[in-house]
Amino acid sequence: MEPKDDNISAMCKPAVGEAGRTGDWRDATPVIDHSKCIASVKNRPACYLCWLYCPDGIVTAGIPVRIDLEYCKGCGICAEECPAKAITMVMHEEAGK
Amino acid sequence: MSNVEIMTGNQAAAYGAKLSKVQVISAYPITPSTPVTEIIAQWVEKGELKAEYIRVESEHSVMAVCISASTVGARVFTATSSHGLLYMHEQLHWAAGSRLPIVLCCVNRGVGAPWSIFNDQQDSIAQRDTGWIQIYCRDNQEILDSVIQAYRIAEEVYCPVMVCYDGFVLSHTIMPVEIPDAEMVCRFLPPYKPHTILSPEDPRNINPVIFPWQRRDAEGILRDGYMDMRWKLQHALEGSREVIIKTCRDYAELFGRDQGGMLWTHRTEDAEVLLAAMGSIATEATTATDILREEGIRAGVVGIRVYRPFPREEIRDVFGKAPAIVVFEKNISYGYEGALCADIKAALYGTGSRAPVHNFIAGLGGRDVKARELAEATRSSLAAIAAGNSERQTWLDCVTE
Repeated sequence: MEPKDDNISAMCKPAVGEAGRTGDWRDATPVIDHSKCIASVKNRPACYLCWLYCPDGIVTAGIPVRIDLEYCKGCGICAEECPAKAITMVMHEEAGK
Repeated sequence: MSNVEIMTGNQAAAYGAKLSKVQVISAYPITPSTPVTEIIAQWVEKGELKAEYIRVESEHSVMAVCISASTVGARVFTATSSHGLLYMHEQLHWAAGSRLPIVLCCVNRGVGAPWSIFNDQQDSIAQRDTGWIQIYCRDNQEILDSVIQAYRIAEEVYCPVMVCYDGFVLSHTIMPVEIPDAEMVCRFLPPYKPHTILSPEDPRNINPVIFPWQRRDAEGILRDGYMDMRWKLQHALEGSREVIIKTCRDYAELFGRDQGGMLWTHRTEDAEVLLAAMGSIATEATTATDILREEGIRAGVVGIRVYRPFPREEIRDVFGKAPAIVVFEKNISYGYEGALCADIKAALYGTGSRAPVHNFIAGLGGRDVKARELAEATRSSLAAIAAGNSERQTWLDCVTE
C-alpha cells in the first residue's frame, strides 16, 4: 500500500529534501575555483566559512569543498563570505556554457 | 463532594481552568477578562495550582506562548477580550492550523473605534473563520462547565476552543455556581496526549513551508499540500459536532447538568414564533417568551450554544416548522446583517422553510437589553409579518434617523 501522510499538522521529520528539491529555485549557481579555495590549496581542513554560513547546510566541508546543487537555492552567501574569493555566482545560462 | 458558591462569571471560568488542571497559563490583562487570570495568578503564586504562569508583553505573544506550550504537550489556558482577541488574530490561525487543543475564554466586549469596555459579541464573531470551535455561555454555571468540556472536546478533535461569555453581564455578575468535585473532573477529563511528540532524540520541523501541491518527502511519504491540510481542519471542525454532543451528554451523566450540546430550547413545542440568540441575550429571551406566553403569544427560544461548528442539522430540526423566526444578536457583519441571522437563513436554505426571518441587532457596546424590550420587539415583528414583511433588520433601541 502507498505510504500515507496521516499527520494532522505540518510537523515532519527534518531530513535532506524534506522541503522538496529546492535547487530548482536557483537563479545563480555558486562555482568554486579550487585553485583559490583555502582547503584545497593547503590540502587540509581549513577555513570552511562557506560551510559555516550556508543557511541550508548543503556545503560539505571536505577536500575539496562540495556544494549540493540539488538543494542549493543560490543565495550567494558562501560567495559573499569566502575570504579567498574562490566562489563566484554564475547565472544559469552562463553556468551551462 | 461538590459545593455551591456565589461567584462571578470570571471566577467560574478560573475554576473551570483550575479543575481542568491546566499546566501553562499566559495572559495579558484586558477588561473585562482581567479577573480570570488575576485569580489564576493568585492560585499559582500560592501553590494551589501547579502551573507555569507566563507573563508577556502582548496578546499576540500570549497566543504564541500557548501555541508553544501546547505543542510540547502542556494543557494551556488563556482569557482575553475585544482588542486583546483581535491582537491575537494572526496567532489564532496558527493555533488552529497547528491543531492545538488550546482553550481560550473570550469575555465578550465591543470593539473600537470609539473605545468601549462594554459588552457585545463583535470580538469573537470577528474570529469566526480562524478554525476555532466557539461556545457561547448563557450563565456562570455554564461557563465553568463549558471550560471543562472544552478541554475534552479540544483534546479529542485537536482543535482549539473559544469559550465565549458576555462581559459584565456575566463576567462581573454573581450567581450561584456549583463547583464540581475535582476527582470527578479528573475522571471526566483524561490527560492531554499531543498529536506529535516532540523530543530532542526525534526532532520535528514545525510548520515548515507547505506547497500548493502534494509532494513526496525525504522518506517517500506523500505529504499534504496546503489545501489538503485546510480540508483536514474543516473536516475536524465538522466532525467535532458529534464529540461536542457526546461530551455534553457524558458531562450531564456525571454532574447532572445538561447544556444541550449544540443548542438548547425553551418552550419551543407549539411555538408560533421562535426567538434565536447566543449567550446571555438568549437567557433574557426566555424571560421575554414567558411574558409573551402570558399574553397568549406562543413564543419559544432557541439558544445557539455552539456557533462553530454551526449546528446546521439542529437548526433545520428546530426551525424547520417554525412559522416565524426572530434573531437577536450582539454583532453586525457590516454591510449585510447579523452573523447568526445570516447563518440560520443559510442553514434553512433548501429545506422548504418559508418562515419570515427578522433580525434585531441589539445591545452593542453594552446598551442594556431587557426582557420586556425583547418581548416588545417580537410583538412588533409579528405585526410586521402579519402585514407581509418577511425580512427585516432592526437596530433595537437605537437612533437610526
